[in-house]
Amino acid sequence: MTDIAITATGLGKKYKIGVRRDPYGRLTEVLWSSMTSVFKRTKGKPRADEFWALRDVSFDVPRGSVVGVIGRNGAGKSTLLKILSRITEPTLGTAELHGRVGSLLEVGTGFHQELTGRENVLLSGAILGMKRVEIARKFDEIVAFADIGRFIDTPVKRYSSGMKVRLGFAVAAFLEPEILLIDEVLAVGDLAFQEKCIGKMNDVAGHGRTLMFVSHNMGAISSLCPTTIWLAEGKVRLIGKTTDVVPEFVRAAGLDLGAGDVIIDSDEHREAQISRVRFLSASGEVTPVGECSDSLTIEMRLDVRRRLRGLYAYLEIRLPTGTTVLMSDSLDTTPNPLDDLSLGQHVVTVTIPARTLAPGKYDVWVSLASISGREFNVHNPGVVGSFRLHDSRSDRGDARPGFFSVLLDWRATDVSASGG
Amino acid sequence: MTASSGPRLEAVDPRGEHHGPVVVIEARHGWREVGLTELWSCRELMFFFVWRDLKVRYRQTVFGALWAVMQPVLLMLIFTVTVGRLPGVGPAGTPYALFAYTGLVPWTLFASSLAGASNSLVSSESIITKVYFPRLLLPFAAVGSFLIDFAISMALLVLLMLYFGVAPSIAVVWIPLLTLFALVTALGIGTWLAAINVRYRDVKYVVPFLTQSLMFLSPVIYASTLIPSGWQWLYALNPMTGVLDGFRWALIGGERPDELILVSVVASVLVFLSALLYFRRTEQTFADVI
Repeated sequence: MTDIAITATGLGKKYKIGVRRDPYGRLTEVLWSSMTSVFKRTKGKPRADEFWALRDVSFDVPRGSVVGVIGRNGAGKSTLLKILSRITEPTLGTAELHGRVGSLLEVGTGFHQELTGRENVLLSGAILGMKRVEIARKFDEIVAFADIGRFIDTPVKRYSSGMKVRLGFAVAAFLEPEILLIDEVLAVGDLAFQEKCIGKMNDVAGHGRTLMFVSHNMGAISSLCPTTIWLAEGKVRLIGKTTDVVPEFVRAAGLDLGAGDVIIDSDEHREAQISRVRFLSASGEVTPVGECSDSLTIEMRLDVRRRLRGLYAYLEIRLPTGTTVLMSDSLDTTPNPLDDLSLGQHVVTVTIPARTLAPGKYDVWVSLASISGREFNVHNPGVVGSFRLHDSRSDRGDARPGFFSVLLDWRATDVSASGG
Repeated sequence: MTASSGPRLEAVDPRGEHHGPVVVIEARHGWREVGLTELWSCRELMFFFVWRDLKVRYRQTVFGALWAVMQPVLLMLIFTVTVGRLPGVGPAGTPYALFAYTGLVPWTLFASSLAGASNSLVSSESIITKVYFPRLLLPFAAVGSFLIDFAISMALLVLLMLYFGVAPSIAVVWIPLLTLFALVTALGIGTWLAAINVRYRDVKYVVPFLTQSLMFLSPVIYASTLIPSGWQWLYALNPMTGVLDGFRWALIGGERPDELILVSVVASVLVFLSALLYFRRTEQTFADVI
């Protein structure tokens, strides 16, 4: 048994959708519904407001292996990690973990804004499971890794977001659990630092520890994880060598587009949110399939519940492998059209001009941010939809490789007679 | 290895020399044990939480830790010039200011601990949804940090007793145990409310009201002898009655309130134990509904 680090058997997790939408229940509602439920016979019937985030997931992870977990948004990746790290309990099934477990679901877990970098290293280290002597022993290394120099005695609230990320990751990088569970934390931070972190994680893996790593970035998965679990709609779709699983996933993701009209759950507690995303062709038709020679418009419905100074939308067009091809935010337009929007609903459109992107399938990643929000990230729905572009009007057609479909201007000038 | 457990992954670097602890994760329903061994093994983290609360509490304030004594001192002054002038409110022979302060110090410990504990889970939402640790650490740690405030107020009490020339008897050795009694009482109610607060934010409105009501239902600014003897048992069901009478007896003297304290201790322990059980029962859903 000792060469198995994680065994999952039939794991399932059920959420009540009503509970997720309105986590702040009121006593009166509960009292009322418990009174009325006496008169209703709902027992035994499947309920419409139930939702299985994870269903019948089984696998074994050998000790010392590095396993990637991939899947679309809402496929159950984070739920799986939350169950394995004991943050939430499964509704069904069991999991056994052999060894000390550490989990890293966000960067800077437990940071307190009022405390200094030094104090936060101690606190975050303790919350992530380090002993006091262990933190003291590694303290200098952690500070050196974070590379924040003399700011170590400054309150974290005065840090830039990059510094916070570096310090948070430095603490996490020095965790030494036998099993480490990591949610997409590498998606933040600058590229050089990400590479440094991947290097550090490889070190960890090299020491016979078990690593489970959730990511949307197929590049990171391919370079880090020899084996991969692919989750789809809460179930294991495929498990095996990364070199087999990732191409399958990318192929399936390319086929699977949706309707070009995505509704995003409304959350009344947000100051502003994106509530709907549609893809419009040049003629105004809602479709996830476009043409390289036509423009394509991404239309977002914005629900503004509080006026936010400096509100802006951020957009990335990504390949299914996770590589960003194009990034734009509403600050590209001056003045920023989203700044201080009035309360209510707004339609925001951004148009990708004709002959910009190469034919292929793209994911659209969006977020809203504002310096005057309660938090800087106002709404972060992530990848909200996908579209495909065909190039049916150029000679090369869909066979055109590369990232762009810009038609370059070729000229030939007869110079044989000139100057003769 | 296990036939039932689905597809196996290939071993990449099999070194089977570690035999760490085994964690079994499964759905559990109903009541469960309190998990004292696990709590004990995480005591370091609890001290870190206490340390954090102390560090943060008086940061960016002008008066700093002075706030710890200002509250009971100001209340003492107010009650001395108002309620204290009424005949028979305090015991004869004891200056009312001293009488009120010996009640206000443990009362402040109780009230702030109760507020801290009942808010402890909700204010730690970001770590509850991101990392595992025994959640009971949070209300316990919230209470711990107020012990320092309490110690400061007690130091002032010593000065006050010197000023009034009141010397405590040997009964003063009971103070640590009585302090624990106050903490267990605050933790009992606070842990109940912390767990309920995760789901029902009504608790936010309940706590100030409850604290204020209990203050008048406890012998903080008047002596418990004001309550008719036939009703004393009911009065003592409020554990703070026993705590406060105990403090007064240990510091100022008088007749030992045996029966009253016994009733209060039993009530306090029952609330505390039921709180631990309720907390553990609902703990599994904290991360999902908070």
